[in-house]
Amino acid sequence: MIDLEIPKKLRPIAELASAVAAGYFRPISRKYDRAEHTYPKELDLLQAAFAGLSNTDRLGGAGAAATAGSKDAARAPGEVVNGGNMSTVLGITELAWGDVGLLLTMPGQGLGNAAIAAVANEEQRARFGGKWAAMAITEPEAGSDSAAIRTTARLDGEHWVLNGEKIYVTCGERADLIVVWASIAPDRGRAAIKSFVVERGAPGMQLLRLDKKMGIRASDTAVIAFDDCRIPRANLLGSEEIASATKGFAGVMKTFDNTRPMVAAMAIGVARAALERLRELLAKADLAPRYGGAIHAGAHAEVELVRMEAELEAARLITLKAAWMADNRVPNSLEASMSKAKAARVGNAITLRAVELAGALGYGEDELLEKWARDSKILDIFEGTQQIQMLVVARRLLGKRSSELR
Amino acid sequence: MAANPVLKGGLRLLNAFASSGLAERYGVEEQARELVERAARLGVDLLARGGDRGASEPSAPKRRFDLTPTESQELLRTTMRRFALEVLREAADDADVALGPPAEVLEMAGELGLVELAIPEAHGGAGEERSPVTTALLAEELGYGDMALGAALLAPVSVAHLALDHGTDDQRRDLLARLRAEPFVAASAALLEPRPLFDPRRPSTRARRLGDVYRLRGEKSLVILAERARFFLVSAKLGKETRLFVVERDRPGVSVRPEPTMGLRGAGLGRLELSDVEVPAGALLGEADGFDHQRVVDLGRLAWSALAVGQGRAVLDYVKTYCNDRVAFGEPITNRQSVAFMIADIAIELEGMRLLGWRAAARAERGDPFTREAHLCAVQSAAYAMKIGTDGVQLLGGSGYIREHPVERWYRHLRAAGVMEGGLSL
Ligand SMILES: Cc1cc2nc3c(=O)[nH]c(=O)nc-3n(C[C@H](O)[C@H](O)[C@H](O)COP(=O)(O)OP(=O)(O)OC[C@H]3O[C@@H](n4cnc5c(N)ncnc54)[C@H](O)[C@@H]3O)c2cc1C
Repeated sequence: MIDLEIPKKLRPIAELASAVAAGYFRPISRKYDRAEHTYPKELDLLQAAFAGLSNTDRLGGAGAAATAGSKDAARAPGEVVNGGNMSTVLGITELAWGDVGLLLTMPGQGLGNAAIAAVANEEQRARFGGKWAAMAITEPEAGSDSAAIRTTARLDGEHWVLNGEKIYVTCGERADLIVVWASIAPDRGRAAIKSFVVERGAPGMQLLRLDKKMGIRASDTAVIAFDDCRIPRANLLGSEEIASATKGFAGVMKTFDNTRPMVAAMAIGVARAALERLRELLAKADLAPRYGGAIHAGAHAEVELVRMEAELEAARLITLKAAWMADNRVPNSLEASMSKAKAARVGNAITLRAVELAGALGYGEDELLEKWARDSKILDIFEGTQQIQMLVVARRLLGKRSSELR
Repeated sequence: MAANPVLKGGLRLLNAFASSGLAERYGVEEQARELVERAARLGVDLLARGGDRGASEPSAPKRRFDLTPTESQELLRTTMRRFALEVLREAADDADVALGPPAEVLEMAGELGLVELAIPEAHGGAGEERSPVTTALLAEELGYGDMALGAALLAPVSVAHLALDHGTDDQRRDLLARLRAEPFVAASAALLEPRPLFDPRRPSTRARRLGDVYRLRGEKSLVILAERARFFLVSAKLGKETRLFVVERDRPGVSVRPEPTMGLRGAGLGRLELSDVEVPAGALLGEADGFDHQRVVDLGRLAWSALAVGQGRAVLDYVKTYCNDRVAFGEPITNRQSVAFMIADIAIELEGMRLLGWRAAARAERGDPFTREAHLCAVQSAAYAMKIGTDGVQLLGGSGYIREHPVERWYRHLRAAGVMEGGLSL
């Protein structure tokens, strides 16, 4: 039965996340924007406080959603579920309202955790469970075109030997584990690309440097080199077989169906923060959004407030739809990409417009508006840029292969 | 056990469709029969389970985020989609030229029971509870056929909704009986006035109480089926309030003239002039106080947006096929990103518009406040309906500008989003 309200049972988790965002993230938000590369130690306490929560009750880390799909004991056939994916999206939205950078560096909630949750076997789950995992796909010569990566993995007895360089690894310095994409047969194309779990301190792995960034400065972004880096054979996620070109690669790409709505949720959170603050500032000039009357009448700033709110709401609902589909086992690659495309561009546009409409206040560091406008930009880049999402959406709509619509 | 009324209505619709000769005429007898069979099976299923789950949940159902239409809504959707494609799509161009819908289309819609379905069983109709969500689904399908004809068919349905939502018992009985007297009785609500930045809450049309009558003066614009309507529901300022009045077409002082427009020409739009029209005291819709005019405005916005979503979906389907087939520079133009991404954007924004509308409609249905949600829906639809219209033409190049392709008409229709207020009610 069609209804688009958030169910009561998911409200506590959102409220908890909202409390953390307001009480915990916001007060240290500017501090770690300035102290780039300093680990926000306050987060350890937070992690300890929430360590006892079960996966689906997690605050919105990447790990939660992917596992939610595999648990459905309580589910009656034909029953509609609002589960882990939706609660993750809600939690992330709230936390991102607090601070996207801090959210991205919450221990134990890395993107690698999503990958592990999605494809790991029982033994690996047990071994890697509870650890913090980063994700390393991007290389100097391969970003959007992730099938073009050059890092290799060679089997040597009971070990894989990794060689290559990964850049822009979020949590690359801080995480316990790094999920690395590498090819086990460089001449076999994308089918040979597999993901490997590398534990921090593995021989041959070296942190080369941390990059300085426009925003999300609380989150570390690392360059990591693998030089004959040896890891146990059992650290390969998924099968060692080189399957048909589409199948194997499709497996590693599947993680994106879960993580893209999460990034969309981040964009929604940070945009909501900017819009709320802008509204408070404009209220001092007696400007307020008005509903119910002529949609085009009013001061320009008032009409803009409402227009941005409508855009944000559209993005939010598409994102919830993508999460709802995942919770109910409906394939959602199309909607996951739609949600990220829409939310990321709307999120960026709103945060930038909020700076503009708030004038000097918006541009200055006394307010967080300028920070949000820097933070939001990354959300339209990582986990697939705007253009990559559009490619996914367009190919699906038009029935195109990637060789046709490139 | 009583049969679920919506299901019954849906079956009725299907039967009517199958037996109207429409199916035969368009050579789709086979599909029509299949549909009826499917519906019948579904009916048996539902009855065995104690009715439609969506409709008969316990009084305080657990609320969930859910985008699944009930089975009866799905059935309605399938039937109306067929009607939209086979009847409305076919008649749209003629209606556009003739500045109004062909009588036979109106009759067919009447025979299908559009108005009947809008009226709950408790009020003598074939429908279930009043449901803005169901109407949103219906409007999207009608809009998928043609936004102008969809608006024309929804006009009396909307009048029924307004009577149900706001009328006194007597008015409800009287107005609904009149709407059901013939297969299709034209009637229309009139809110919009010819002014830029018109605020539907503040019409210039005035009503004054003079003893036993109200005297109305003002001008209403783009009234659907204006020349055919037997009566109108006209909004007017009465003291500080804005109210609706039942105004008969043949009252002295009522004059109507066609108002040709850029698009929506098939809806038979007209200018309605009221020069000191006197109507009886009973013509004031609703009780003396407690009239919720904002709801009239809000449900109007949602109806227009739902029609636009349907029309936008028609654009999407059309350009997908056309552009995949069209070859330039040695390959299908959809192999180019600037073409493919434009189409992807249509799909994305359409989804946003649809979900905004659904959320507001579901809130209306549950009795939650929904003025803000309807406003956001109207704002989004004003921006993106038109973008979809203009991109639809662009994607066809020169052909998009030629009337042989319907995107030319849809472009003109879709500019109505952000212009139209009232006239319809979800
Ligand atoms: C702060 C930060 C954190 C990151 N975290 C991680 C992480 O944890 N793990 C990880 O693996 N990666 C991470 N990344 C990398 C990120 O995912 C990539 O930067 C992104 O996928 C884009 O790749 P690229 O930088 O190589 O850009 P390119 O692929 O070179 O793209 C450049 C431009 O070309 C466009 N483009 C590329 N191909 C096409 C095409 N076919 N059609 C149309 N346009 C195209 C892109 O959209 C973009 O606008 C991070 C990046 C940053 C900046």
